[in-house]
Amino acid sequence: MTPIRASIAGAIASLILILVVVELVRGRRLKERYALLWLATGVVLLVLSVWRDGLNTIASWLGVTSYPPAVLFAVATLFIFLVLLHYSTVISRLTDENVDLAQRIALLEERLSRERPPPRES
Amino acid sequence: MTRVVAIVPAWNEAGAIGGVVDEILAFDPAITVVVVDDASSDDTSDVAAHHGATVLRLPFNVGIGGAVQTGFRYARDEGYAIAVRLDGDGQHVASELEKLVGPVRTGSADLVIGSRFVDPGGGYRPPFARRMGIRVFARLVSLLGGQKVTDTTSGFSAMNRAGIELFAVEYPHDYPEVEATLVAVRSGLRLSQVQVEMRERQAGTSSITFVRSLYYIVKVMLALLVASLRRYPRLEAARR
Repeated sequence: MTPIRASIAGAIASLILILVVVELVRGRRLKERYALLWLATGVVLLVLSVWRDGLNTIASWLGVTSYPPAVLFAVATLFIFLVLLHYSTVISRLTDENVDLAQRIALLEERLSRERPPPRES
Repeated sequence: MTRVVAIVPAWNEAGAIGGVVDEILAFDPAITVVVVDDASSDDTSDVAAHHGATVLRLPFNVGIGGAVQTGFRYARDEGYAIAVRLDGDGQHVASELEKLVGPVRTGSADLVIGSRFVDPGGGYRPPFARRMGIRVFARLVSLLGGQKVTDTTSGFSAMNRAGIELFAVEYPHDYPEVEATLVAVRSGLRLSQVQVEMRERQAGTSSITFVRSLYYIVKVMLALLVASLRRYPRLEAARR
């Protein structure tokens, strides 16, 4: 059975995560698109912390008999992997877009310098 | 008169680029020489422009593949019929260009690669490890692409409009040659290889250091496997 203190600590930690993410979005320092996975992480962890019977049931499905809160760690780790993988795809896309922009700038500057003499750079 | 563009990627090659441009123009003054300056910190751009090249200057370093692709985009947008690609360090000999351009001009190939290994007595003997690497990649590309390739790491090549249009859209960003060869073959380009001589570097240092070799090998292997799983549009229609 999950110790009550572990449930309370888990609930507080997930609530803080949710509040921080909402505050970042509110202050426009985090885009909704990238906040969604973090919010999902917070909500799932909160539900699993508060819903003690549920956590115990899931733990027994997974064969975790000695210490059910270990499932919280496992779920949190899984979500962190998801977030990081998501970021890797985002970075890859940004890299491609960046290179595309650099190439366009090089091509446009060359065309511009043909149409009129280049401005003196200091 | 077919318009030919020479694409020359260069990164901090101020010491060699002037000679490279001169040599190409001496071979054929009608060729447009496009030097793609990959954000050099020396005066590569100025030297190239002074020697009569058109200079495409990237705002920050994007790597050899991204630089070369800029040249292909230029060739595509400006309507060139044939593009050749030479390295900016002077290791590719411009007087060998006719061997590359010839088959493209007559239409017997879409992409011609200057290989150091077509002729076994060719004289080029790289260090053992590099020779093995080149051979393994060549085998792999031959296997995955279904056409025999002997030197996939060579950047010395010529191509027609179909090749230009393919590479303007589809070109790997770092260590591009091996993967680009496979992409070309899988897209249905007819590949041909000719024996060429290459020089030792005239100035600067090779971008392939020992430390990067491992990344090079792993990256290229992964890229080849992924490229062989992807589908590429067949380019039959683009050909004359």
